[in-house]
Amino acid sequence: MPLRLLKFAVSKDHPAPRFFKSHEAPKKSYDVVIIGGGGHGLAAAYYLAKDHGITNVAVLEKGYIGGGNTGRNTTIVRSNYLTPEGVNFYDASVKIYEGLSEELDLNLFYSTRGHFTLAHTESAMRTMRWRAEVNKHVGVESRVVGPDEIAKACPQLDLSCSGQAPILGALFHAPGSVARHDGVAWGYARGADRLGAEIHQNTEVLAIDVKNGKVCGVKTNKGYIETKQVLCAVAGFTPRITEMVDLETPIVIHPLQACVTEPMKPWLDTILVSGSLHVYVSQSSRGELVMGSSLDPYEVHSTRSTLDFVEGLTSHMLDMFPFLSNVKVVRQWAGMADMTPDFAPIMGKTPIEGFYIDAGWGTWGFKATPISGKTMAQTIANDSAPDLIHSFRLSRFEDYELTGEKGAASVGH
Amino acid sequence: MKLLTCPMNGTRPLSEFIFGGEYREGPDQNTCTDAEWAAFVHNRSGAPGDKKEWWYHSPSGTWFIAERNTLTDKVSRTYLLGANNNNSNTAQEASK
Repeated sequence: MPLRLLKFAVSKDHPAPRFFKSHEAPKKSYDVVIIGGGGHGLAAAYYLAKDHGITNVAVLEKGYIGGGNTGRNTTIVRSNYLTPEGVNFYDASVKIYEGLSEELDLNLFYSTRGHFTLAHTESAMRTMRWRAEVNKHVGVESRVVGPDEIAKACPQLDLSCSGQAPILGALFHAPGSVARHDGVAWGYARGADRLGAEIHQNTEVLAIDVKNGKVCGVKTNKGYIETKQVLCAVAGFTPRITEMVDLETPIVIHPLQACVTEPMKPWLDTILVSGSLHVYVSQSSRGELVMGSSLDPYEVHSTRSTLDFVEGLTSHMLDMFPFLSNVKVVRQWAGMADMTPDFAPIMGKTPIEGFYIDAGWGTWGFKATPISGKTMAQTIANDSAPDLIHSFRLSRFEDYELTGEKGAASVGH
Repeated sequence: MKLLTCPMNGTRPLSEFIFGGEYREGPDQNTCTDAEWAAFVHNRSGAPGDKKEWWYHSPSGTWFIAERNTLTDKVSRTYLLGANNNNSNTAQEASK
């Protein structure tokens, strides 16, 4: 038995281990202030310390860490995107994810399942072929498969989808995985904390001080903090932060809902997505089916859940898996997705000196957590965005150089 | 919001309506700069608040304006564009 366990046998004091230190109040100044203690913000803090030696960093989180979209997504990690820029970027993220449990010394339950994007129409098949070719060209393992191979991987699936939308084929993406999403936030938080960054929960940014086009501080509910560099990594709250610095963006907020069933014995090995039926589903390590659907159809800044969503989603689930008709949905929730017109993120520098943005993560943010943290840390440390995220810059809209990823969104939005 | 009041057809289920985005006044395309035009094409006022929006009642083909708070999802009134606003529907009963 390890000594650190044995000592509890003779001690009456059994303190619960903490992942990161709690601080009374923020210091008067920091080199970098990161707004948002989700996966992206915490990863940026971690890589700022680890890759660039910048440790005088505060992560300000108005709620608790990982409580926003980091803990509300359906945990899918994949890189089968449509543009070479997107595929390269998400592939770099998958590669970090594969070794992340070891790097953070925390079991993230990273489980490579294989990912099928089902096609029910000829036009969907065309997009699958297109994505497969772009993926192969970049070196990502994706290929178009026929119904036989889908049936072999998931014999429970009704290939005719109740006769409504017969499956013609699929894009198979071997590296497709799921992971424990809150573990990712907690792992990065502990890593950043150990390297010297400070995490402040219940700390809300009220205003950002900009003088002569340069950031000089942030006002919070726990006092004023001087800083020359601010990273905005707040997903669905992005427009509220960018409004503080008078920065216009194309971001519009739509709720994205998800739900889980009661736990079952493992039967679904793969991750299945159907664009036409607006369903994505995988089975978690606890045995629950984790299911998501398309965006709510209009703008709302709210995480309310609706019955319409569960009714629509479960009816499509029954088209695919009629035998699930007695299985109960036990939980549903929503996140606020910060949508962009081209379904690609907005990352990098802004016209305001010292104000960096990591936003527009819509429905595709979780899979990008490691690489966005790494590239945003690089951007802040060098005050210059690396080539990997050049296509995601805010100024692409002004230049009419959009990065069209809508065809790679998991379901038709 | 589960019901919405169409100015022509009265209060109807939300499933009959399609969201058409925020009502926006564009810059004069003959005099504005390229940057102003690009900003108009792409940028949106994404922050929550009271907004004037286009909505479409699909069964009857009616486009109309709804004034809605995007934080609370409450509609304060709906009316046809250009109609005398005094005659507009106050949609309070439909704002649940």
